[in-house]
Formats: sequence, C-alpha cells, structure tokens
Amino acid sequence: MRRLGPILLFSTLPLGGCQGWQSALDAHGPAAGVLARMFWTFVAVLATVWVLTMIALLLSLRRRRPAGADPLATDPATERRMTITVSIAIALTLVTVVSLTGLSYAAQKVLFAHKEGGLTLLVKGQQWWWQVTYEDPQPNRVFTTANEIHIPVGEPVLIKLESSDVIHSFWVPSLTGKMDAITGRQNQIQIQADRPGLYRGQCAEYCGLQHAHMGLLVVAESREDFERWREQQISSAIPPNDDERQRGMEIFMSKPCIMCHQIRGTDAGGKVAPDLTHVGSRRTIGAGTLETTRGNIAAWIVDPHGVKPGVNMPTIQLDPDEVQPLATYLEGLK
Amino acid sequence: MRTLLILSIAALALVACEREDREYRSNPVTAETNEKIALVPLSAGPGGPTEQRSGIGKDYEENAYHISQGQRLYTWFNCNGCHANGGGDSGPALMDDRWIYGGQIENIVQTIREGRPNGMPSFRGKIPDDQIWQIAAYIRSMGRNVPKPAAPSRKDDMSPGPAEQRRPPGEVIDGGQIPPSAQMPQ
Repeated sequence: MRRLGPILLFSTLPLGGCQGWQSALDAHGPAAGVLARMFWTFVAVLATVWVLTMIALLLSLRRRRPAGADPLATDPATERRMTITVSIAIALTLVTVVSLTGLSYAAQKVLFAHKEGGLTLLVKGQQWWWQVTYEDPQPNRVFTTANEIHIPVGEPVLIKLESSDVIHSFWVPSLTGKMDAITGRQNQIQIQADRPGLYRGQCAEYCGLQHAHMGLLVVAESREDFERWREQQISSAIPPNDDERQRGMEIFMSKPCIMCHQIRGTDAGGKVAPDLTHVGSRRTIGAGTLETTRGNIAAWIVDPHGVKPGVNMPTIQLDPDEVQPLATYLEGLK
Repeated sequence: MRTLLILSIAALALVACEREDREYRSNPVTAETNEKIALVPLSAGPGGPTEQRSGIGKDYEENAYHISQGQRLYTWFNCNGCHANGGGDSGPALMDDRWIYGGQIENIVQTIREGRPNGMPSFRGKIPDDQIWQIAAYIRSMGRNVPKPAAPSRKDDMSPGPAEQRRPPGEVIDGGQIPPSAQMPQ
C-alpha cells in the first residue's frame, strides 16, 4: 500500500502534457473543442463500461457454482434469468455503439463544416517545411511565406493542402484535427481560433528523416494586428541601409542562395525553398527548429546538416568573414 | 547439421540490411573537384590527350540517394526548361546515346560547371559542387548508364517513357549534333 502512493503520483505526470500550445485536449477553436468533448465523452462512457464489466466479472468469480454440481443440469428459473441478463447486455452494447457512432457523426459535421467567407490559404507540405500562400482576389496582394501562419481571431480560415513530394499531414492540435497533404490532389480543412495566442502545429504523417522537425506556428491575433502584419508581408524587402547589411545582400546575390530562395524586391527569385523576404519577422527558422536570432541564422547557413541532417539546404562555400554580414542581412529582413 | 545449414543460409539475408550510406554533409572546405577531360581524341604528338579524373564520379553514379537528389534538383534548377524530361527541347536530348561534349559523368559535370556554346549557361558558383555531381549522376541515369539498383524508380508526375531504372542499359557515343532549334540564327 505504501508503494501505491508514488505510483499514483507518477502516473498523473503525463497529464501535464494535456495543456500547452500543442495539445488536442487544450482546445482553442470550435473544431478542436468538439474533438476534445468527444474524447472525454468516449473516455467516460467506455470507462463506465469497463468498470461495470470488471464488477460483473469479480461477482461471478466470487459466486461460483459448487464443485460437485452437474454441469449439464438445467434449471428453468436460472435459464430465464440468464436469458434476461444476456438480452440486457446485448441491448446496452447496441445502445452504446449506436450512440457513440451518432456522436462521432455529429462531431464530423462540425469538424468538416465549411463556413463561407474568410481567408483562404494554400499550404504546401514539403520535405521538411510548410510553404504558405495567402490567396487574395487581387493578385498584387497574394504573398508567400513559410512555417508561420497568422490568422485573425474568431474568423474561419480555409486551408487548402497540397504536397510537392510525399504525404504530409497538417495538424494544429489546439485548433483542429489532422488533414493529410497528398501529392497531386488538394484537401481542405477550416481552422478557427477563439482566443488570441500562439498555437504550434506539426506534420502528423511520417515523411522522412526530419519529419519531427517539420513544425509550424499559428499566430492568432486581432483583426487590426493581422491586417498590419499582412500589409507588411505583402511589401517587398526593404533595401539595406548600412554597409554591413549591404555587403550581406551582395554576398547573398552572388552565392547559390538565389537558386532556391526568393527575396521579393531583389534579384533572388528561387521558388523551391522558403521565401526569405521577411524571414527576420518570423519566430523560427528551419520549420520550428531554431529560434530566429543572428547566431542561429549563421549556424544554419554554415552547417545546415549539423542542425537538421538530411535537409535539402546544401552546405555552401563561404569565407569566414562573409558569414556575419550574411546573417546580419537576413536577420534584418523584418 | 541440416538446421545449422538452414540457419546460416537464413543469416545470409542479414547482409542485405546495410544499404549504401547517405552522405548528407558535404565537406564545405573542399573547392570544386579538379577534372581534366579531353573532348576529342586529338592531341599534338603521338600519345592521346592526358586526362585526369578524380574518380569520385563512381561514388555518385552508384549511389541511389545522390541520383534521386539529382532528379529533384534537375527540376528545381530548371534543367527541364531547356532539356525537357530528358527528351530535349531547345537544349539537346539527354536520354539518347549521343553526347556532343562526351557522356562520362566528368564531362557532364564540366558541361554544367563551365557551360557550353549555343545556350548552356555556366553554373559555377551558383550550384554547390556536390549538387552538380548529383545532377550529372541523374542525367547519366536517364540513359541507364548507372547500375540498375541505383537508378530512380517511377516519378509521381507524368513523364515520357519508362522509369530510369527500367530503361535498357545505354551506350555512350561521343559526338553528336546540336539541335537546329538551339543553334544561333545565321
């Protein structure tokens, strides 16, 4: 009995994972709310069923027949009681299964409901990052970013999911359920955040070596903050205004960087790697791998495969005195 | 005795567990590999031209990871803009057996690195050296000039002809013609 205390205490520790910026049980949107409620309903109903079954089992073990009894003997009264008991058990099972099926059907209706209006995002899963395109009827207001999605609070946002290489799965646990991104087709899911905050998402379908480092961040903010952010993202990169950043820009333009990356407003127009126009304004680099600081950017450029082995960013040849200006330039792209 | 034999034969299957190494991390210090390749067998004097091959081409040609990375880079760097999926467009075909500037992997690396007349740009300093080798290995796989187990399998998108690993083994015939569409207007 004395051992039981610590065991119970430790078994409650995993519950600490139920809250935080990436937890399906810490719901901050209608879809996630439905999922969390359904989870707890299932747990409650099925736990009750389990407890009742265990009680019945224990009772039957305690009240066993006498050893000498004839196993083939039938008593009409006992037979009738057994028929009634089994019928009730079958009926209860049917009621449970049918009501849980009904519940989950009702939840799907909320989960996959599409509200009209609101923002539309094209999210493309790539090994191992997310390309995000904000769609707009006005072509000059369409822009591309990576790994960080800003959404206005309380509004439905439609996410169109595509993939360019293998199957990925878009999952922001606090906002909604999972949806796969499959090559050659487009899946849709709607997300909505009820409260402002930072919600972490993660690729939920094993997609290769760095699947675990394929995170994304959803930033839910007020409509005004969102509009401010969008205007700033639509604009081209601000040209550098000091010598070091100017040198960094020249290095960027003369190195293999421009084969893959785009910085709007400059000659760099690659489309196969994250858009770096406002990379300094994003909270992380490498799809949630490192915090955006000048040091981390420098480390990432000098040895991407030390940070994230297998990533498609190549090691490029740089002179030691070129690293600092390059990192300063990129960090300054707010 | 028989059991021992069966067991030892079964243990042989474990040999297949180790596949080739995937070299993600190229050496950032090395400059480009130095290949000295002759384009024609002509030279002054009786002996043929001297050639220097570093021999690392084999490492790329026989490595499935490098070839499939090359396949990816081929479209990323817009090689298909001129050479299509290997069938050729304004640039020469890459999946046939004719090689204007030589069809060994070193020749292809030189072509990508230095550029060639009539439109092929030089990618020196734009594509890191190991990626040039990967692309060249993929181009070699188009004519099945690489080992079958290393060549890529079917692509997800539409492509002409069978997958690289199902093509018949290719030959390399040096010399060929620049397609009329790629020639300078006279």
